Amino acid sequence: MTLTQTHRTIEAIWRMESAKLIGSLTRMLRDVGVAEDLAQDALVIALEKWQEIGIPDNPGAWLMTTVKRRAIDLMRRKKLRDQKHVEIAREMDLNHEEDIDQTLDGEIGDDLLRLVFMTCHPVLSQDAKVALTLRLLCGLTTAEIARSFLVAESTIAQRVVRAKRTLRVEKVPFEVPPKGRQRKERLSAVLEVIYLMFNEGYSATSGDQYIRPLLCQEALRLGRVLSEITPHESEVHGLVALMEIQSSRLKTRVSATGEPVLLMDQNRAKWDRLLIRRGLAALKRSQTLGSTLGPYALQAAISACHAEAPTAADTNWIRIAALYEALSRATPSPIIELNRAVAISMAFGPAYGLQIVDELSAEPSLKGYHLLPSVRGDLLFKLGRCEEARKEFERAASMTRNDREKELLLNRINECEYRGTN
Amino acid sequence: MRFLLIVKATEFTEAGIRYGRKYTDAVNAYKKTLARAGVLLAAEELHSSSSGIRILYPSHGGDPEITAGPFLVSQELIAGYTLIDVNSEDEATKWALQMPFPKGFGAFEIEMRKLKEETESVQDPITRAMEAELEDQTNI
Repeated sequence: MTLTQTHRTIEAIWRMESAKLIGSLTRMLRDVGVAEDLAQDALVIALEKWQEIGIPDNPGAWLMTTVKRRAIDLMRRKKLRDQKHVEIAREMDLNHEEDIDQTLDGEIGDDLLRLVFMTCHPVLSQDAKVALTLRLLCGLTTAEIARSFLVAESTIAQRVVRAKRTLRVEKVPFEVPPKGRQRKERLSAVLEVIYLMFNEGYSATSGDQYIRPLLCQEALRLGRVLSEITPHESEVHGLVALMEIQSSRLKTRVSATGEPVLLMDQNRAKWDRLLIRRGLAALKRSQTLGSTLGPYALQAAISACHAEAPTAADTNWIRIAALYEALSRATPSPIIELNRAVAISMAFGPAYGLQIVDELSAEPSLKGYHLLPSVRGDLLFKLGRCEEARKEFERAASMTRNDREKELLLNRINECEYRGTN
Repeated sequence: MRFLLIVKATEFTEAGIRYGRKYTDAVNAYKKTLARAGVLLAAEELHSSSSGIRILYPSHGGDPEITAGPFLVSQELIAGYTLIDVNSEDEATKWALQMPFPKGFGAFEIEMRKLKEETESVQDPITRAMEAELEDQTNI
């Protein structure tokens, strides 16, 4: 292996293993900051050592043994050797590398779960939760996080420092919240952070070619881990299903020249079948856990309707419209209503969609929101009311500052003028 | 939210007189404290205004008028700045009040200003996903 290959391999191993190391160390040392430092040290040692001896057969176990050894050294040095720590040390047979690939439902799984509840703790701001989760659970570097959010590296570095400090000052415990309402709320905060990470990679049309898929991939990976350690939570499977299915279309959403491709125009043969299968399986699990579907599972079900249609014309819009209706009740919001209007227009005709959009026009929160006149214009155009459609597209164009959106709308205006005179 | 702590110039800084070791040490310690708290984004000092030029576009139009420094201290000159990222205005004020100042060099002024942010915070992910969904389905 060349030097760069080795580095790249180690980088990949690091992303997979670092959270487990930090989780275990946090349990031992009760300080996530120190835990991260020690884990980073182990990475440096691995980079040096593996260059010489090659990458070990079980790199995860190698890293875990290394960090635990250092943690014990540290505890000894700090004379923290109370009874409990002695026990931890005794428990560990350091001459034997633990089988770290053992299932996640053991101790390692518990540590990961505690860690993610910690990085998504309500004392932290949303920005801080995202940065800390990407850093501690996904093993991303500060530079990678900064690139993914288009902010300066120092901003992220300081945000992480501040977040860790807040956790320490507020004495946030390393624990899984007790079952019940509190656990549900905390879990939903975790899911929100994961989905935020995923969306940052998925819905941004500009930005780094390398980092965007990385964010989706890392969010998906964390989601899968979470679904293994919390197998009875419907919404966790729902979110995983949603991310799997959306990911199956990542490569076809953008053309070779970087232009976005509409869902209806995408080459379905190129959708990733494995991801779709995994997504559908996760959705099924989510549906069989007893309760009615939550927002993530509903979004996944909508996404699944597209994934299951062999051609765009086969799309089951009636079902999609019903799912949007359910989603709208689960988390009422005008933007979901707009999506419902589009689905209804596909299922029952544009006149029905327009009816819903017109009701939304009175919604004060949508004042100045360019997607409202955009959708209205599209529906009017489909109804052949080109002059009215043109006015709506013009209104929408005046509301957006995004160049790409403006260009799309100008094309639609031209289309209206052409159709209107012919 | 980010705040800019602007340290104003004085006759001393404009004349290139250092405020002394004690002040420098205090500034370095302050920067370290900011970094440890995870709020420090940037901290820089500027040369005196003799290192600068001013470009004035006259109200009646025409070519810009360029003037070389030094400028007058009474014209609100800047000697340095510290950029911090905090959770509230109160927290920013707290940090601003902890900023060291040189004793025995006359009046010393710090100005605190809030930065405009592109987006105030991260958008709710469902809304964002729904917007992407809409754009995926309709040519808008």
